[in-house]
Amino acid sequence: MTATAAFAHPVYPYRRPPELDGTARHCGVVVIGAGPVGLTTAIDLAQRGIPVLVLDDDDTVSVGSRAICYAKRTLEILDRLGCGEAIVSKGVGWSIGKVYHGDTLAYQFDLLPEAGHRRPAFVNLQQYYLEACLVQRAQALAPAELRWRHRVIGVTQDADRALVRVATPDGEYDLSCDWLVVCDGARSPVRHLMQLDTEGQVFRDRFLIADIRMSSDFPTERRFWFDPPFHPNQSVLLHRQPDNVWRVDFQLGWDADPDEEKKPERILPRLHAMLGPDARFELEWASVYTFQCRRMQKFREGRVLFAGDAAHLVSPFGARGANSGVQDADNLAWKLDLVLRGVAPARLLDSYDAERVVAADDNIRNSTRSTDFITPKSAVSRLFRDAVLGLAREYPFARRLVNSGRLSVPTVLHESPLNTPDHDAFAGAMVPGTPAADAPVTGPKGAWLLDYLGGGFVLLIVGGEVGGAEAEALRSGNVPCRVVDVGGSAPDALADVAGLVAARYDATPGTCYLFRPDQHVCARWRTFSLARVRAAMAAACAIEQA
Amino acid sequence: MTEPRKGSSVLNTDANMAVPDDFYEALLGMHRDLTDAQSALANARLILLLANHIGDAAVLGDAMAAARSGVPGVPMEADHA
Repeated sequence: MTATAAFAHPVYPYRRPPELDGTARHCGVVVIGAGPVGLTTAIDLAQRGIPVLVLDDDDTVSVGSRAICYAKRTLEILDRLGCGEAIVSKGVGWSIGKVYHGDTLAYQFDLLPEAGHRRPAFVNLQQYYLEACLVQRAQALAPAELRWRHRVIGVTQDADRALVRVATPDGEYDLSCDWLVVCDGARSPVRHLMQLDTEGQVFRDRFLIADIRMSSDFPTERRFWFDPPFHPNQSVLLHRQPDNVWRVDFQLGWDADPDEEKKPERILPRLHAMLGPDARFELEWASVYTFQCRRMQKFREGRVLFAGDAAHLVSPFGARGANSGVQDADNLAWKLDLVLRGVAPARLLDSYDAERVVAADDNIRNSTRSTDFITPKSAVSRLFRDAVLGLAREYPFARRLVNSGRLSVPTVLHESPLNTPDHDAFAGAMVPGTPAADAPVTGPKGAWLLDYLGGGFVLLIVGGEVGGAEAEALRSGNVPCRVVDVGGSAPDALADVAGLVAARYDATPGTCYLFRPDQHVCARWRTFSLARVRAAMAAACAIEQA
Repeated sequence: MTEPRKGSSVLNTDANMAVPDDFYEALLGMHRDLTDAQSALANARLILLLANHIGDAAVLGDAMAAARSGVPGVPMEADHA
């Protein structure tokens, strides 16, 4: 449709690569695709000092708002990558969702009912803003190089390297790399080049996305309607974005003609039915889509790793696409770093597959369930759906069955081979495999616990002490580990100002948590032992132990 | 038949109604004057209300399996519960 009025798409210049003039190049990591997933992968690696080359066949950011809902965990990852504040301050935060049946409120949920977290449950922001911010960040990091209008046309690999054939406006060249990360989106040309398939199901339904610009005093919340009077027998979803842009998503049914439905003369009456005949708005972008829930069988193929939509696809209900892709990057980058430095074996990358396949299945399961509710496939599923919506008006139990999208939360990696199982007794949610819960603290570099976790391994000790020699031994190991002291006597100890570190981590004096570089708990104990921390770090790096 | 599962109950298929004829009359009464579509919706509501009352996933799983397996023409399935 039309280009956006408020957002001027940057054009990132194509530059003739030196390889065309005879300079051979071997890279540690090549990333294909400069979307949210490829860029977060590149930033994470570059922050770790790993040279990374990003290839993109285009020269600008996404056209249309596309992914708009960024979940709390994604924002926390973006904080670690130096982009969180820019995204949150530009975006609109929300945590309340309302579900209507007809014109009656059937159900309301709050995705973050407790205080003491830096980031809200969700921030809505057009994907082009996110991408522009990530490009800016990547360009500021010396180890990252972005190449625009560089299209990958061939991939081969042997035991030692992957070879990439790249087409540019000036001709073709070859790159070799240790690791190739494929983040080229749902259609993934590179996945097709490599003749790899995805498995799953296509849903027989069509949806219209319309982004409109209007001034409105609608509250900042997610609204979902089943069978509203303005769009009978179908569903509608409304989200607010910055710049007075609103996303309206109309369910159309399988028989809708996608080319016809994209025309303004078809879209405008639908919007006027919803917003009133006198509503004033501008149509900014529209698209008609179908969706699928499917994934590749394996996310690692030798020296090639697949991430984001290239590896797995879900329906948009639940905001599990871009959010899970950013979490793929979060999972992969530190592992690539350790493998490239030679301090962890290449099989550590198998845990990327193991962990993110579990997450993809979790997302696919949730997304499929939402879709089965929103788009009933048979008369009886429609009957039960309507029965649930009817009961939800009167009975709280039925509200919990209403499914307009179960919104993205990070998957707990319960069965991860990198976890050290608990031996000590703990209550609460922070089992090994869980991403760190935030909590307010005071300390030298930030007011939130997450400011002190991530990057490398971190041993958090609450109300206890790690001796100087032992802390130094951890800090100077092959794979280093920082000690973060909460409520202890060290001069740089954090203070648990609201008691929420102790509460959320079920911590008693001397409790230790070991966090991976991606802020996931991988082991915990009631007392400190250097040998146990070292063994747990080795397990988390897939290092064989004697 | 079904082995008892740890921590959950088993579907009670023994006679458990004090006055079965009263129940049956009430069940038909629930559908009085309803169209087929209205009856189908009332049945669905009834199932959801009872399922919530029972709550126990194992009991519900047993009941669903028993309900499905007795439908003529439907092959027997392995127990997924």
